[in-house]
Amino acid sequence: MELRVKALETVLTEKGYIDPAALDVVIETYQNRIGPKNGAKVVAKAWSDPAYLVRLRQDATAAIAELGFSGRQGEHMRIVENTPDLHNLVVCTLCSCYPWSVLGLPPVWYKSAPYRSRAVIDPRGVLAEFGTVLPNDTKIRVWDSTAELRYLVIPLRPQGTEGMSEEALAALVTRDAMIGTGLALPPGSTS
Amino acid sequence: MNGPHDLGGQMGHGPVMPEPNEPWFHAEWEKKALALTLAMGATGSWNIDTSRHARECLPPVIYLGTSYYEIWLRALVNLMINHDLVTEDELIWGQSMQPGKAMRRVLKAADVPAALAKGGPCDRPCNTAPLFKAGDRVLCRNDHVTTHTRLPRYVRNITGVVVENNGSFVFPDSNSLKQGEQPTWCYAVRFQGADLWGKAADPMTEVMVDLFEPYLEKA
Repeated sequence: MELRVKALETVLTEKGYIDPAALDVVIETYQNRIGPKNGAKVVAKAWSDPAYLVRLRQDATAAIAELGFSGRQGEHMRIVENTPDLHNLVVCTLCSCYPWSVLGLPPVWYKSAPYRSRAVIDPRGVLAEFGTVLPNDTKIRVWDSTAELRYLVIPLRPQGTEGMSEEALAALVTRDAMIGTGLALPPGSTS
Repeated sequence: MNGPHDLGGQMGHGPVMPEPNEPWFHAEWEKKALALTLAMGATGSWNIDTSRHARECLPPVIYLGTSYYEIWLRALVNLMINHDLVTEDELIWGQSMQPGKAMRRVLKAADVPAALAKGGPCDRPCNTAPLFKAGDRVLCRNDHVTTHTRLPRYVRNITGVVVENNGSFVFPDSNSLKQGEQPTWCYAVRFQGADLWGKAADPMTEVMVDLFEPYLEKA
């Protein structure tokens, strides 16, 4: 594969279709600049600042952009909020749609056939494979990202986090909690 | 199309295998597969729906048997060959044998941050009134189209309830065929687990699917 891709890059460069330096900037951006720490900041602020949560509900794209996160695969954002009775889970059964601007590139399992096939038909079973066991009377709402809206789960704020700073709260918000396959960590843990 | 990509509800693919502390990339070529896909997309030679369709059109054995970046890469190569941008010989020999076609745009390094921060919004004004509103019961059409569509098989012929009108967007089905953006309304539609999966379904599950107006009729 390395050789095939190198050949492809060479041909496209020789033809003037691409700027090889641009490839490096793309890679650097997704390797170092965009990742779930972005989303964790959004969640921590949503937990801490009721006015911000209202703005997220009204126009998540704009509210997330307030924190500097926007753009590719985050152009049309929605938040979905977990409650004690309702757990949200995000999938893309048709491809790999994922909110890049707040979570970065999707993990392999998110793009894999097992997750994409089963998240909609057996969400409770999939959650259990992540070690996330919910009470049987907790409703699970699965969001299949079939159009251009991208979903960010706002997990339940863990107990015992009263008075914690946004920065400390953000450390409890895992990528999986924002996809819905996990929960936010209890205080004292780090993601 | 009823391709290998339309995975919702399929069985036999095994357990989900999360990888602890997964790296962003598993090989150097994966980085390039991502960046080449984005850079060629930026030339405007095709749109995101054309790209998605190129991935769906890979043979099922390949689609289900390769990593996602390889799916991207194979689809990218097919798109470039189909658009006469490269030849198979050039890719085999790793060198250009004829001058490139003129590109509408070439993504330059200095422009990458702004291009990624802007993305490609696809909300568009729609000049017809929405046919449905929150609370309406809608039936998904049982159309098995042979081209790109974002109506998954598992909701076809199933009745759901409109929860929200998400606004109007580029219609992927026409856009993938380069037949224009044809903006159309897109609705968040809720389906009960039992309506989708029958008696074995967990009664405490529901699935929200974003569906374009042409996929729906009043139930």
